[in-house]
Amino acid sequence: MKPFTYERARDPNEALRLVGTDGGAKYLGGGTNLVDLMRERIEAPERLVDVTRLSTEIEGKPDGGLVIGAAATNTALAAHRAIREQYPMLARAVLAGASAQIRNMATVGGNVLQRTRCIYFYDEASRCNKREPGAGCDALDGFNRMHAILGASSACIATHPSDMCVALVALDAVVHTLGVEGERSIPLVDLHRLPAGRPDIETELKPGELITKIELPPPLTKRSTYRKVRDRASYAFALVSVAAEVDVTNGKVRDARLALGGVATKPWRAWKAEEALRGQAATEPSFRAAAEAELVEAAGLRHNEFKIELAKRTLVAVLCELAGVAT
Amino acid sequence: MSALKDTAKSAMQTAVRLTPDKWLPGATSDPLMHKHGLLGAPVSRVDGALKVQGKARFAAEVAMEGLAYAGLVHSTIARGRIAAIDTGAAEAAPGVGLVMTYKNAPRMKAPALFGTSPSAAGASSLPIMQDASIHWNGQTVAVVLAETQEQADYAASLIEIRYEVEPAVTSFEMAKGRARRPESILGEPAELEIGDAKAGLAGAATVVDHIYRTPRYNHNAIELHAATIVWEGDQLIIHDASQLVNATASTVAGVFGLKDHQVRVISPYVGGGFGGKCLWDHQILGAAAAKLAGRPVRIVLSRESVFRLVGGRTTTEQRVALGANADGTLAALIHTGVAAMTTHNACPEQFTFPARHLYAAQNIHVAQEVADLDMLANTFMRAPGESVGTFALESAMDELAEALKIDPIELRRRIEPEKDPTSGTRFSSRNIVEAYARGAEHFGWSRRNPVPRSQRDGEWLIGMGCATATYPYYRFPGATARITLNADGQAIVAMASHEMGMGTATTQAQAAAERLALPLENVSFEYGDTALPPGTVAGGSSQTASIGAAVIAAFEELVPALLQLAGNDSPLAGLKASEVEARDGGLGKIDDPQSHESYASILSRAGRKEVVAEAKAPMPLEMQKYSMHSYAAQFCEVRVNAVTGEARVSRFLGSFDCGRILNSKTAASQFKGGIIMGLGLALTEETLFDERSGRIMNPSLAEYHVPVHLDVPAIDIIWTDIPDPHSPMGARGIGEIGITGVGAAVANAIYNATGKRIRELPITLDKLL
Repeated sequence: MKPFTYERARDPNEALRLVGTDGGAKYLGGGTNLVDLMRERIEAPERLVDVTRLSTEIEGKPDGGLVIGAAATNTALAAHRAIREQYPMLARAVLAGASAQIRNMATVGGNVLQRTRCIYFYDEASRCNKREPGAGCDALDGFNRMHAILGASSACIATHPSDMCVALVALDAVVHTLGVEGERSIPLVDLHRLPAGRPDIETELKPGELITKIELPPPLTKRSTYRKVRDRASYAFALVSVAAEVDVTNGKVRDARLALGGVATKPWRAWKAEEALRGQAATEPSFRAAAEAELVEAAGLRHNEFKIELAKRTLVAVLCELAGVAT
Repeated sequence: MSALKDTAKSAMQTAVRLTPDKWLPGATSDPLMHKHGLLGAPVSRVDGALKVQGKARFAAEVAMEGLAYAGLVHSTIARGRIAAIDTGAAEAAPGVGLVMTYKNAPRMKAPALFGTSPSAAGASSLPIMQDASIHWNGQTVAVVLAETQEQADYAASLIEIRYEVEPAVTSFEMAKGRARRPESILGEPAELEIGDAKAGLAGAATVVDHIYRTPRYNHNAIELHAATIVWEGDQLIIHDASQLVNATASTVAGVFGLKDHQVRVISPYVGGGFGGKCLWDHQILGAAAAKLAGRPVRIVLSRESVFRLVGGRTTTEQRVALGANADGTLAALIHTGVAAMTTHNACPEQFTFPARHLYAAQNIHVAQEVADLDMLANTFMRAPGESVGTFALESAMDELAEALKIDPIELRRRIEPEKDPTSGTRFSSRNIVEAYARGAEHFGWSRRNPVPRSQRDGEWLIGMGCATATYPYYRFPGATARITLNADGQAIVAMASHEMGMGTATTQAQAAAERLALPLENVSFEYGDTALPPGTVAGGSSQTASIGAAVIAAFEELVPALLQLAGNDSPLAGLKASEVEARDGGLGKIDDPQSHESYASILSRAGRKEVVAEAKAPMPLEMQKYSMHSYAAQFCEVRVNAVTGEARVSRFLGSFDCGRILNSKTAASQFKGGIIMGLGLALTEETLFDERSGRIMNPSLAEYHVPVHLDVPAIDIIWTDIPDPHSPMGARGIGEIGITGVGAAVANAIYNATGKRIRELPITLDKLL
């Protein structure tokens, strides 16, 4: 990997100052993705600013919500009692990802910013618009079994690989940041961009902007879960995943918050399915109709066409499970 | 290997006339095969303690003064030429001592291709870094030496190359159009017909006839390929991770124009071999760079480099057609197909081998072709051929049982042959019917509902399947053992053989202790160094028998030597070698408990510190006279999610018939390891070879899915333990058979669970939706 300098920030403002805005520096969390990408020569920062000593706290809010320090590890997040009790889908999503060793290192902020696992993105010899804007995309006609059926463009079909983010977008998480223009907050669902013509620009963050914490509003209900479908029983990225929280009252869906992973270019909030569900009878046919509504615009490629049906089936199964409907 | 076996065969034909009668196969069985003391005992690996303490030093850990570390650059095109290469920035980078390309590499001969002679080890016959030409996507085009690995890797990234691209054949479909029939498949005919299989099939009452496809698979031993290399004058020393040290030394000597004895290969510890730890470009490039730089070199392949430089199991497309008579016997068995290969290697993937020996059929036709691609040389990977061949054949058997509406085990019982169906020779020992019966009982096969999709647990469909596993018995010629017996009653058995974690050193110490009638702690086994008497490849599941036969030969030299030393004052005085046996730490007269003298006593009276006997194993004539194979019945229970198609193996049992089991602990590990590798073959593993570029796209353990712990269920292992009367110690090979049959057992279980017959590996969930 390219030689680089390393510094550790004592507070967010120092981190901001050390990173600057010239694009030559990166924040370093657990390093489980960034260092990997540096070894693969996909990332080549001149300076690393370690932010793992910044806030690692997970605190309750008066309204019943939660604030998670960006440097909290994935392990700490999944093990936290309030998370397990109030937001079981989040604990399950985190535990469904990576391995215990990686989760021990990986931070919440880093997880949000992890980059795609597209095999053409990782291969220097391949064309990739994310690595080199305008170069072309070798995944379009290549091995695209892992790739997106939602939110893709002719420039990029790479999926966002995070499990944690799928749960967080379902939970209406809000990302708090510190930038040169001060603090701001961005709903997580708006943080990641669709690739369109510029897949190299992945988020709305400005140069040097630091994620400081993630805020969760109170849960809709404790009846939430995360289901991940993958090629082996552990340590594989999702082909399809579903994060779901459903409030069923008197046999009707009062409200639902749903998100999909493994199928889209960003953590995918299933707004259409939610809309289709609200006020409907909590039955398998309504769940199926909601799944169909969400995937109406899904587009399959040579190897990933199966994800469309798989996503629908998984969504229906998760809704049935949460609503206590037999399949 | 074809020529290797041909060489062995012609040598053996001479040897039939020259060897003494007692070694003609079948004349006498090894008396050890009936001993039940140390043999068969669950002795823990002698290298285990060193390994868990981190004290076993592997090839990448050998300490050396002035070591330079190698970084590699791989080509990004499949075929063409290097038009321009700029190494300036790399040479100027921190810590860099040397950049080697075809422009400055020492002149070297191409390595002798494995199989062209018994001492040839080259995985490919292409010259290495001798000109600008590119033969596969991933070929090494530059080696950087630096003071640290990080400096070497960084400098390697600075090298800029411009290629002139030439058209390459990187599509299997395209290559299949001009497939060729190789001269032989590992010494066996590429095509073989008994009767008229086409006519037999046409006239059969029930026919199944399908195409089965298997993908590329890559070697992923935990230990990365590595060598620490030093030139001492005109002596070249390679600390390697190797499963064929002697042939590696000979071949490297040939490359550099040296005599064999000028190259020493040392490889005491290997972190997994499986056929992949042979001679590839990296040892030769490392030696060349060390020569050029005038300093020792460490070359450790990254995981990506293992994928780019070390071949794996190749892709196959196989047809199996079975025609059955009304009584369930076979009128016709056809197994044909094509495997991807290159023009510069010799590994045709012998997938038709099982069909040549497993079943009685009135008409048999087997035929193999190869399709040449511009790609990295494919190679031997745990049961090459048999692993993927049994997937096709044993899936087809299950399909036939279904069509005939008879139990798949019963079908196999009905077509059990009395003698080898293609060679006509007798089986040395074959108890597959018994292995099936015992396996079925232990596994609970009677609980299987033959109607697919009839067992369910919530979302999960449950099914059971079985398949036959088989792997040939090989014993390779040339193994020479040395027994050193000292006055303290300690014995050292030595041969340049290999311990890659299988338990060779432990098992051979057990066998030697039993043979010499010494306690285990008095016996050690030295291996992994070409300075020792020559061994054979740790391949073809042959090593235990190959070493065992040489130890028998050395023991037969040792006994007369001891009797001569014993002289006239010994209780053994006047006895001939044929009248004594090893007993209680010495020799004794057969059937006379009183007549005995310990080794220590014999040696001390003779005033000797030690006695040494060295002998070469006789030619493996037993392979010619008998049809010798290991067998197993593999049983799988699988759960397939009806919603998502996810398939998870929930139980597995292997019932093995491999002759005597010499160490129940290490043998069980070998079988289990093979089965786990088979689960990867069946369900998760696949090398993604992009046919547009000829490039492997998933060269990492994150994207190449070997089974993880959660994918591996409880695995039960049982065995018949029936000695083979025609092999040393009564044992046949156990290293590779475990992976065979697993693909089909899983596929058959999935069929039973879901009613879906998948004929293409790996069986990923999209195929089951």
